[in-house]
Order: sequence, then C-alpha cells, then structure tokens
Amino acid sequence: MPAYYLEVAVVLLGLVLLMLEAFSSASDKRFVGHLALAGLGAVFLALFFVNPAPGASPFWQFYTADSLALTYKGIALVCTMLVLILGLDYIPVLEKFTARIGGRGAWGEFFCLPVFICAGLMWMASAIDLTSIFVSLELVTIGFYIMVTFMRRNVGSLEAGVKYLILGALSTGFLVYGFTWLYGITGQTNLGAIADKLDSGTVARAPALFSFALILVALAFKVGAVPLHFWIPDVYQGAPTPITAFLSVGSKAAGFIVATRLLAPYLGAAAFSPTATAILLALACATLLVGNFAAIPQTNFKRLLAYSSISHAGFLVLALASGASGGFGLPPSQIVAFYMGAYLCMTLLAFAVLGVVSRVSGSDDLSAFNGLHQRSPLLAFALTVAMASLAGVPLTVGFLGKFFVFGAAAAHQLWLPLGFAVVGAATGFYYYLKVLRNMYWNPPANSPVAALSLAPLTKWTLVALIAATLILGVYPQPLLHFLR
Amino acid sequence: MAAGAPARLAALTAAVLNAAVTAWVVLGFDFGRGASFQFEASRMVLENPRMGFNVGVDGLSLVMVVLTSLVTLAAVWLRPTKAGGEGLYYSSSLLIAAGAMGAFVATDLFFFYAFHELALIPTFLMIGMRGTGDNRAAAWKITLYLGLGSLVLLAGLAALVTSASGSGLTTFNMAELRELAPKIAPAVQEPIYLTLLLGFGVLISLFPFHSWAAPAYASAPAPTAMLHAGVLKKFGLYGLLRVAVPMLPAGFHAEWIQSILLVLLLGNILFIGLVAIAQKELDLVLGNSSVMHMGYVFLGIASGTAIGYSGAVFLMFAHGVSIALLFALCAQVREKTGSLQMARLGGLAKYAPFLGLTFAMATFASIGLPGFGNFAAEIMVFLGGFAEKPSDHLAPLQVATILALWGVVISAVYMLRAFRQVFQGEPAEVCTRATDLSGTSRAPILLLLVALLATGFFPELLLQAIRPFAQALAALN
Repeated sequence: MPAYYLEVAVVLLGLVLLMLEAFSSASDKRFVGHLALAGLGAVFLALFFVNPAPGASPFWQFYTADSLALTYKGIALVCTMLVLILGLDYIPVLEKFTARIGGRGAWGEFFCLPVFICAGLMWMASAIDLTSIFVSLELVTIGFYIMVTFMRRNVGSLEAGVKYLILGALSTGFLVYGFTWLYGITGQTNLGAIADKLDSGTVARAPALFSFALILVALAFKVGAVPLHFWIPDVYQGAPTPITAFLSVGSKAAGFIVATRLLAPYLGAAAFSPTATAILLALACATLLVGNFAAIPQTNFKRLLAYSSISHAGFLVLALASGASGGFGLPPSQIVAFYMGAYLCMTLLAFAVLGVVSRVSGSDDLSAFNGLHQRSPLLAFALTVAMASLAGVPLTVGFLGKFFVFGAAAAHQLWLPLGFAVVGAATGFYYYLKVLRNMYWNPPANSPVAALSLAPLTKWTLVALIAATLILGVYPQPLLHFLR
Repeated sequence: MAAGAPARLAALTAAVLNAAVTAWVVLGFDFGRGASFQFEASRMVLENPRMGFNVGVDGLSLVMVVLTSLVTLAAVWLRPTKAGGEGLYYSSSLLIAAGAMGAFVATDLFFFYAFHELALIPTFLMIGMRGTGDNRAAAWKITLYLGLGSLVLLAGLAALVTSASGSGLTTFNMAELRELAPKIAPAVQEPIYLTLLLGFGVLISLFPFHSWAAPAYASAPAPTAMLHAGVLKKFGLYGLLRVAVPMLPAGFHAEWIQSILLVLLLGNILFIGLVAIAQKELDLVLGNSSVMHMGYVFLGIASGTAIGYSGAVFLMFAHGVSIALLFALCAQVREKTGSLQMARLGGLAKYAPFLGLTFAMATFASIGLPGFGNFAAEIMVFLGGFAEKPSDHLAPLQVATILALWGVVISAVYMLRAFRQVFQGEPAEVCTRATDLSGTSRAPILLLLVALLATGFFPELLLQAIRPFAQALAALN
C-alpha cells in the first residue's frame, strides 16, 4: 500500500464527518468525535502496513515515505486522536462559549477540522518539494486559524486567533519570499536537487544565506523559537485547551520535520554549513535562555506550558544544529524525531490533566492545582510524571530526549551551547516543580475536599500516557526501531 | 487496623525482603574475587548506542548495598511523627532507597546515573510536605542544587562517553568504558575529570557547594534525612571511585586538579567543622557534621593508595550508618521534647536513658572513637594519606592529612558539646516531661548501633569485600 493512501483516507474521513455533522438530526454531536477517533485509529493501524519504497511516477519527487516521514505521520495521528479525546472532555466549555444567546452550542465541527489538520500534518511529514511543503503547511495553518478562535463568545479566544492570524500570515510571507530566492538561485523546487545545487559550489553566497535567513524566520514561527516566539504564550492561553495541546505538539512536530528537511541542504553544503550552523546555534541558545527564564515567574499553567514549549524548541534546534553525525550514534534527524515523540507523551499528559482541572475549577491558574493529590491521586500522579519528564528527570522519556541532545552537543564539542542547555534544564527543575508544590504542599482551596471524578476514556488515556512516558523512558527501543 | 497501617506493613515487608535478598547476596558472594562483578544480569535496552539494564555487585557495590538495606530498614521502621498521608510517606522513602540501590548495582553508565535521580522528586515532596522549620526553602534549595549538579554531571558523562567511543560504537557499558576511556588523550581527560568532580562534588556537598545539605537535612523528616545523608549522598563518592578515578587516570593524577581537591576537602573538614561548632540547634550540628565528614572520604580517595581507598569505602559505610542513627535519634529528641534548640534542652538522659545512651554511642562513633566502624575507617584514611615514599620534605597530601587530623578534635568539640547540652546538666523543663523509647521503636536504633559496633570490632567483615576492590583500583595507577 503506498503511503499517500493514508492522507487520502484521512481527508475522506474529514469530508464524511463534515457532511454527517451538517445533515445529522441528532441533537448531541458527540458521535462525530467518536467516529473521528475510530477512523483515525484505523488509519494509524494502516500506517504499519505501508510500503515505503518510492514508485516510478513523478509524484515521488514531491513526496517521500521514508522512516522519518512515517514516524511523523504516526506522531500526527496519535496527537490528533488524543486532542479529540481531550475535546470530548471539553464539550461543556465549548457549549458555553459557542452558544447563541438563549440557544444551544454549535461544536460539531470541533471534531471535524482537526482531521483535516491531521491530513496536513501527515502530508508535511512527507513533503520534499517547496510547493508541497508550502501547500501542506497552509492547510495546517488555516485549520488552526479557525480552531484557535473556535470559542467565538470568548474574548480571549478571539484575541488569540487574531494574534495567530497576523503573525502566521507574516511568517507565511517570509517563507514564500525565502522559497522564491531559493528557487531563483538553484532553479529547482525539489529538495534533493536543491541540496546538490547548493553543494556544487556554483551558488552565490549572499542570496543563498538570505534565503536561509528568511526560511529560518518562518520556521521559527512554526516551531516557536526565538525570534518569532512571542505569539506562543498569548495564543496558548487564549485558545481552547485541546487546541493549545494540538498547537503545542502537532504544529511543532510538523514544524520540525519541515525544518529537518529544509535546513538539511544548507547544513550539508560545505560552503554554507559553518555559517548556517553558527546561526542555528545562536538561535538555539537564545531560545533556551528566553524559554526557560521567562517561564520562571509564570503563574498561569497554560503560559507556563507555553514557555516550556519554547524551551523545548531550543533543545530541538540545538540537536538540529549539532552536526551531521549527531550523538550517541543517532543522527540529528532521529534525535529530533525521538524528542518529538517524547514531547508528545509528556505534553499531552500535562494538557489532559489541565483539561480536567480547568473544567472543574474554571481556571488555568497554578492555584487551581492546590491540593490536587487529595482530590485525585491519579491526576496528581499523572501531572507529576508529566512534569518530571518535561524537566528531564531520568527514567522518563523526556530525559532520554534531552540526554541525546546533550550527547550530540558533547560529541561536537559545542561546550558553550551545552552550557546553555545545562542552565536551561536546571531552570526547568524550578518551574516544573512549582506545579508539584501546588499539588502536594499546598492545601486544597475548598474544604471539605471534593474528590474529582474522571470519565473512563479520560482515565484510560491518562494511564496509557503515563505508561508510555515511563516505559519509553527505560526502554526506548520501540520508538527508535520505528525510526530506522 | 489503624489508618495508614497497610502502607506501613507494605513498606516494612519491602524493606525486610530487600534485606533478605541482600543477605542472600552477601552469603553467596565470593570474596576472593571481590574485585570483579558477581551476580551479574543484563538486559539490552538499545543496540546503538549500546545501553543495557546491566546489574552486578563487586566488593564496593556489596558494601553500599548492605548500607542501603540497613538504613532503609531502619528508616521505614521509624514511626512517622505526623498522622495522615502514609502512602506517600512510605513510598517516598522506598523510592529514595530504590534510587540509591539501583545506582549502586548498575554496571551501565546510563542506569547508574538515571537511578540516582529517582530520589529527586520524593525528596522534594517529603521535605516540603512533612518537614519542619524553614522546610520549603530548604526543599527548593536541595532540589535545585542537586538538579544543577546532576546536569553538570550529565554533561561530563556525555563528554566521557562520546570521547571514549570515538567514531566507533557508542557504549554505556562500564566494563567496556573502563577499557576505552583511559585511552582518551590526557589533555581531554583533565577537563572531563574536573567536570565529573564538580558534578559529583555538588551531590556530595564538597566545599564550597555544600550549602544545600545542612538546612535540608535539618528540616527533612527523619527517614528522608537518614536515607539522603546516610545513603544517597554516598552516590557521588561511589561515582568517583567507580567512574572518574578508574576511567580517567590522567585526570585523577593531574597535579593541579589534585591540589584543588586537597584545598576543597580541607574546606569541608576545617571550615565546615568550625561552622558546626557555631550551631545552636542539634539538627544543624548533625547536618554540618555530615558535610564535614565527606572531607575524610575525599582525602582517602585523593591518596590514591589501596589503604586510602579502603578507608574511604569503609568510611562511606560507617558514616552512612552513624549519621542515619544520629538523625533517627535527633527526630526522637524533637518528638519527645518539641525542641532542638540546645540552649533550651538539658538533662534529657535522666528521663530518657535509652535515648541518652544510644545518642552517646552514636556521638562517639561520629567522632571516631575506637570500637566503632568510623575509627577503623578514619585511621586507614590517615595512613593512606601518609603512604607516600619518605622524602626530606612533606608532600602536599601529607600536609593536608596533618591538617585534616585536626578535624577529629573539631568534631569532638561540637559533638560532645551537643551531647552535654542536650542530655546532661540541669534538667530543662521540656525534658522533664519526656518519655523514653520503648518496645519495638528501639529496634531500628539498635540495628544501626549493632552495625557500627560490629564493624568497629571486626573491621574484616567489611574489609574482606573492600580490599580486593581497593587493591585493584590502586594497581591501575
């Protein structure tokens, strides 16, 4: 089975769901979410039966199904499914903020649009041509423009949507402009041909680096790295929580697969590699610094996770920039993919807990977590695992990700960036453990303590994510095996 | 059944089983081959980089495993002073113990490092939730300090592994690294060794990175303080002996690094010793004394001789047991009298004779009086410090040893003073209402005391395990 069947299936699924949602007479549209979950689950299973070998048709100049692409497709599918599960839990909030005055809420599309975004994310994982990269990227971004503003009666959601739209459009402009320069100097749109041309030594230096800078700015927006990181906290805070999780994981993963593929021609060309590496390293150090230090004073959990997402982007850019041979026997592309897999488990675990807590307490503040271990030991344990993993405590999958990045930096004698990474990770211990302080040290706000009840689907999702975070932290072989 | 009783029963069962397995390993251990790993088991985790869940014990590991089992059993046995939350209380203690145990038996560098960090979050939670005094500040301080220290260590270990493996297969297997790492160019070994010394040093509370230790131990609940000061802090020393010294000989022998270490360890012994004298509260005296004694272990390691290494390992054990005993007793004093301010206490021995007697013996052990394991250990450290060939002037190590000897006097001053103020003299009002330990609550105290006396009178009990390891390590030089 060729790999693009998967994207076709996902798009068809989305269309079917959209029609069902529009023409169904049922008053409760929950079934759309369940159908979407079942459909994506089936596609995820089909992922394991894909034939990765490229065919003879010209289509394969735009599309690849290498192991990296398949891994990111898996990440996109799992992430979308988890976002839909979070969404099912989030329906009461959606109901409240999408309702007409005196009427009912309209949230059926909340479970259709992520399916289209998922198709875009999966296509991005396979795109190896400037045109296919751009088109898939736009499919994703436009989907997110809608999803971020989905709660149309909520000012915060609208504000976040406008910010995301303006900056997103700006970064798209940068990207297209960069692409035109790149096409202008190489005369190619296929990334493999571009890499050959850049490496041939016949390309002028200044325009090549100019295109690199433009593309880098656009990628920085997608992955949330300095200098285009400042939308992240505001948008994360305003967007519906499941969509924040989607942005944080899905969008970032897609950004990194594109970055891995787009930057490789520059990093592989002898003439440009030193300059490109130096710029990337500077970007990584700045991102580590900004993300981690700005996270320290945060009191809102969503903003905290936003800055945490910036700091993780710093580690990932550092891995990309650390040189072709990577570290500990893993090339940078695999380190980044592994880190993204790890990031998926731990971040969605954190957002799943946040979803429950904020639905019950109506607040995203850290104080909403006060005494959580007395109200629900499972939620408290889940968030402890998530925070430990995000902070990089060993025996969790988050540690392995950081460990590989450290190894890559050490293998290339990048002592200064490694120092930044050490300081950044140490700062992380403070702000991630702040959440533990609220959960365990502080007493709950209301007494007598009201126990939190969880829907079975949420509960088992939490258990599965905890298990994944802990087991992959000790036995990463399954994920790495998939990568090779 | 009282609330929390199931948690206590489960924890005690775990600790007893742990001790039973340890006893089985000790009985089956071939002391003649103490320098090589026994009871080995391995499970491949990753092929490239080669990483495996490999475990085994040699003489050094065996001593640390026995220490861990003993202190864990005693720590779990102590009754919590505050009711409620027993599940979290006991599981935290067991997690800290598990982390230490895992680190001591791992023969793979990755798991060696990873297990140590298992204790980070339980310690944070325990000090913050159940500590006393300024416990929250202390919890943050210990967590951030140790977090940063272990990240520095991680950077050092990553550099060690990548430099040792070169372009070939990256391996975390300690046995393979022991072959590969000494071949790293000396100029590269030195900075890596220094990074490791710094990272491990923070974890051991090497002067001047010690300031987290005393307040954290003072405010931690008794089992956390016992396990952390008694067992977990030995991880750094274990790491020096297991990783830094044998794998990076050129770094270990670099004269400038050696000089830095000698100055810093004297800071531990003399400066922190004086700080301990100035303390007004019993828990802070003990916390500082724990930091101070690390200096002797460093001295033993710095000597680079078989007898010095033996003394260092012996002291790791003896100090671990004696400081755990002291923290256990200190918690009893707090519980019985409600105070640890030495000026407000006095004459407690009259009302709690068992507590007084055992505290006196623990005090003697801590000072290093003959009859206790600490004496056997310290004398070997000092002999190791003088083992260099005689010449017409003193080597830096010998000068350091002479200065370090004054530490014994210093520790006698603060420990005996503390004992006099708390247990002797005019009975203070709070002490007259105190009751003595009775029944099974004496058991954990006696367990640790017996271990100290046994190793004091029959040092060969431990030395038969330590000696082959120490000789093999010294032979590498």
